[in-house]
Formats: sequence, C-alpha cells, structure tokens
Amino acid sequence: MIRVPVLILTMCLLAYVHAAARTIQIFPRQAKAIQGAINYAHEGDTLVIEKGIYNEPDILVNKKLTIIGNNYPIIDGGGKKQLIVVVHDSVYISGLQLQNTGRSSMTDMAAIRLQNVSGVVVHNNRLLNNTYGIYLQNSHYCTISNNKVSASAKDELNSGNGIHAWKSTHLMIHNNNVSGHRDGIYFEFVTESRIIKNVSTKNIRYGLHFMFSHRDVYADNLFVDNGSGVAVMYSKFVEMYNNTFRHNWGDAAYAILLKEITDSKIKQNLFIKNTVGIYMEGSSRIDVMQNEFKENGWGIRVQASCDNNVFEHNNFLSNSFDIATNGTMMLNTFNENYWDKYDGYDLDKNKIGDVPYYPVSMYAVVTERIPNAMILYRSFLTDIMTQVEKLMPSVIPDNLRDDRPVMKSWKLR
Amino acid sequence: MNTIVKYITLDLIKNKIIIIYTLLLGVISFSVLSIDSNSSKGLLSLLNITLLFVPIISILFATIYFFNSSEFIELLLSQPVKRKTVLLAEYSGLSTALCAAYAVGIGIPTIILTPSPAALVLLVSGLLLTLSFTALALLVFVLFKDKTKGIGASIIISLFLSLLFDGLLLIFIYSFGEYPIEKPILGIIALNPIDLARILMLLQLDVAVLMGYSGALFKKFLGSMAGSVYAIICMMLWVIVPLLLSVKIFRKKDL
Repeated sequence: MIRVPVLILTMCLLAYVHAAARTIQIFPRQAKAIQGAINYAHEGDTLVIEKGIYNEPDILVNKKLTIIGNNYPIIDGGGKKQLIVVVHDSVYISGLQLQNTGRSSMTDMAAIRLQNVSGVVVHNNRLLNNTYGIYLQNSHYCTISNNKVSASAKDELNSGNGIHAWKSTHLMIHNNNVSGHRDGIYFEFVTESRIIKNVSTKNIRYGLHFMFSHRDVYADNLFVDNGSGVAVMYSKFVEMYNNTFRHNWGDAAYAILLKEITDSKIKQNLFIKNTVGIYMEGSSRIDVMQNEFKENGWGIRVQASCDNNVFEHNNFLSNSFDIATNGTMMLNTFNENYWDKYDGYDLDKNKIGDVPYYPVSMYAVVTERIPNAMILYRSFLTDIMTQVEKLMPSVIPDNLRDDRPVMKSWKLR
Repeated sequence: MNTIVKYITLDLIKNKIIIIYTLLLGVISFSVLSIDSNSSKGLLSLLNITLLFVPIISILFATIYFFNSSEFIELLLSQPVKRKTVLLAEYSGLSTALCAAYAVGIGIPTIILTPSPAALVLLVSGLLLTLSFTALALLVFVLFKDKTKGIGASIIISLFLSLLFDGLLLIFIYSFGEYPIEKPILGIIALNPIDLARILMLLQLDVAVLMGYSGALFKKFLGSMAGSVYAIICMMLWVIVPLLLSVKIFRKKDL
C-alpha cells in the first residue's frame, strides 16, 4: 500500500519537470533563427520549427533538445555546408526536410551528423539531395526511423552514403527508405545493431554495406536494383532474416556478397532475379536455411575457400545455374533442398528423392574455369555435354551434392 | 522470273511436307508458350527448337527439292531464259515457302502469346537461318551432280554447323583460355550462322547478363546496337555469299 503514494509523488515530480521545459517556436524571418533559438534554449526544451525555408547550415545542437518541424520546414545547405551536427545525448529530431548539403573531399558533408552521442532519435525526416544523409560516428543507442533519404548520385567518387554509421553500437535503423546514394546503408565497426524493415533501392554501389560489424541483425528489408546488391564483409555473428533481394542485375551484381563472414545465419530470405544470389568467399559456419532462390543467373557461388556452411531447406527455382564453385574440394553441406532441375525419383514415397542431386552443372564448371566459354551458353553442344555429364560424372565436384533432395518445394512464405 | 517464282511457290505451298513442317512448328510453339508461365523461358525453348530443326530441315528439304526439280530446270533452260534467272527463281520460290512456314508456325504464335522485341528477334533470326541454309542447299545442288552425294553433303554441313563447330570453338577457347581471345572469338562466331542466331537471341533475353559477367567485351559489343547489326550483317552474308557462288558456278556448269 505504501507504493501508491510513491507513484503519485513521482508523477507529480515528472509533471513539474515537464512544466519547466518550455516550447520555443521558430519562424524563418531572421537570419540564424534556429541556431539562435538553440543558444537561447535550456536543456530539455522543445523547439518547434514552423514551415518555411531556412538557409541556415552548420546548426550545432549541443543541448538535450526536442526539435520538431511543423509541416516539414526546409533547411537548405545551398550546396556548400553541412546542416545539423548533434553533439549532445538524447536529442530528438523529427519532421524536417533537409536538403542540398555541400560536397567536399576534406569532410563528409552530412545532413544530420551525430558525433559521440547516445540516445539520439532521428525520426520521420526527409533528406533530399545530400552527400551523406545521416552520419553516425562513435554514437550509441541511437534510433534512426521512418526517414526518407534520397539523392541522385552519379558516380562513386563524388557521392556519399544514405545512412552511414561508424564505430557505433546498439543502433536501431528502422523503416527508412534510402535511394540514389553510393551505399544505401553503410556500417563500419558497428556492433549489436539492428536494421529492420528498410527499403534500399537504386543505390549506385551497395544497398547495404557492412564491414567489421559483429552481432548485428538485419531483417525484413527490401533491396532492389542496387548497383551491386548487398556486401557483408569481415564480420561475425551476423543474422539476416526475411529480406528480399530483387533485381540486383548487372555485370558485377550480387544479391549478397559474403566475404570472410563467420558464424552467421541467413534465413527465410527471397532472392529473385539477381545475377548471383549469394556469393561466398572465405566464409565459415554460416547457416543458409529456408531461403528461396528464384530466376537468378547463379543461385549461389560458393568458392572453395568456404567451409562448414550448411545449406538446408532452400528452394532453387528457375535459376540459370543453381550452384557454381571454383574448385573440386567442398567442405560444405547441402541437405534437403528443393531443386527444380532434380529429375530423380522417390520410390519409397518419403518425399525425399532416392538418388542424390548434383547441383553444379557441367557447364557451370566449364565457365568458372574459362569464362569466355559463356559465349557457347545454350548451344546444342553444351546441352549434350551437360546430359552426358549427368550420366557419367567426371568434371563436376562429386562431393558437392544433396543426398536428400526433397521432391516438392518448401512452403516458405 | 516472277512467273517461275509464282509457280514454284504455289507448287510448294501445296506440298505435304511443308504443311506438316508448319503445323509441327505451330503446335510446338503453342504448347511451349502456353505451358511456361515465364515467357522468356518459353522463348528460350523455342530458340533451341529453331536452332536445332530449322537449319537441318531447310537444308535437307531444299537439297532434295532442287535435285528433284533438276529435270524441270533443264526444261526451263531449253527456253530463252538466263541460267541466273532460273536458279534465282528456284531459290526464291523455295525460300519463300520455307520462310512462310516458319513465319506461320513460330512467328504468329509468339507474336500473339508473347508480343515483345525478343519474339521479333526470334522470328528474324529464324527467317535468316532458313534463307542461309536454303542458299547453302543451292550451293550443294550446283556443286554435286549426284543426288545421294548432295544429300550427304547437306547432312554434313548442317551437323558441322550445329554441333562440330561449337566443339571446335570450345577446344579453341580451352586451349587459348589464358590469352585475350575475346576478339578472335567474335570473329570466329561470324563463321557460323547458327551461333550468330543464338547470340542475337540470347542478348534480347535476361540471360545476357551472364555473358557480361564472364566477358565484358561480349556484352559491351554484342549487347550494343553495333553488335546486333554485326550479327545480322554476318547472317545476311551467309545468304548472299552462297547464292552468288552458286550462280557463278551454275553459269559454267555442264548440265
């Protein structure tokens, strides 16, 4: 019974603190309106930026403030400067339209830069035509959500990333829409973070770029039409669930490029119409399960430098080549996948094919060794060679096989 | 000349083999295109059928037809008409009939069921294949006197171009894989109308990217307009050169 008064007391205290926090309205009349208001405000105040155009770059947020835009006021960098730099914890920024940062080879010009802070929330903003959209450096426990980040980058050298995070931990990147940057989302030395439900499209390099970032999760994202898909490199304990990789289609495009990844999980993703579904190099102990590979050029390219990976319960449908590899050694396990090219039988009706399936076609081996031979793709001769190889295997790596191919495709979605 | 072309075409359209050929192509293309939900896959199957059947049927049928009508040709030549006219009229009549068969059998179903630029390219490459293999048959006809030898030669030509040539090319690519051989390959490809037709078609479909992945030059050159024009010109040369050669030989041939 003693708890109730304590609770009431706490609430009164909270109400008092709340009353002490003021709300300051900002109009675009005078120069430096926003910076002036920030300098004038106290910790915990709320700034409401009214609709209008503010040609006011280099805004330094050095207090704990809530900055809210009313009806998307425009803050314009005029193509020269950065826009907002946050150097204090627990700042909340929402409802702004930030556009036209400068472009410099000395500093990475960002629309919103979070510097050595924690607990900052950037929510529901529009970031248009910036070099870098949101730039987090050495920041922790920050949330970036519901932002629309777009630009029209032309080449890799003169452009930046949509959401860029460096040396941070515990980030939550949620429900953002990033397009037209160099990399949609870029993580370097970022750990224990989540990338959930984002849409990353038409970026000229990677939809998501991931380096030295351990124990991260990315789930329910959509990566479409990126120059080279998604690259995950030099990381451990990465989990990828339920993402869709669509039409990352070009001469050097992958849905996922895995380089030196260990102890990770790739589950329930959909790979559709990519040049290569998954490209793996030097990766170990990855579980690739319950994914669907559909209409890709290559479903998976596993280099011989990968070991102890498990490919289970995946669907391979209408890929030009299901699996390709560059060596004869294979230290990975393929088990109970569905292969639409499997033409074995199931006499005991246990829904598992009685003869093993060899997913590397003869022609995939030939072109892996001599890429120029691709000019004979789909010619009568190569079709015959593939059939002959099926009857008398001699070229394909015979330890790359699925001993228990399922007869019916898995219902994954 | 027009009169002769007209008579030959009319005669051939009533020919049972041409009618069966048309029906066969039509049935195959309707079934392939309506079974596969993915139109690009259906077109690929039709491409395989085109590359396999069109050359061998065109060249065999044309060779047999030319040899069978050699008496008719001799009869015509007793009239005051040029040898060149008679020969070209024979060729035009036969190729018109075969092209019509292909256009009706493959062209109409594809254009109805999957109207796309790729379907058009399939039609064009099939027609060019028909024309060039009929021209090759004409060349065989003027080179050989004996019908059996002629048919044998036709079979060898079509097998060589559809199978052996690719094998030799693959051996070439294998042996010189270490060298920059993309350009020589592009040159060698021009020596085979079947390969030209295949590549022309593949570049229209999604799988073109596989080619770009392995050899940037292939995609860059063949994928561009210049590449398609190059392939079409080479295929046209495969029609014109055998025709001119056979006219030249036929002019001096002792009948």
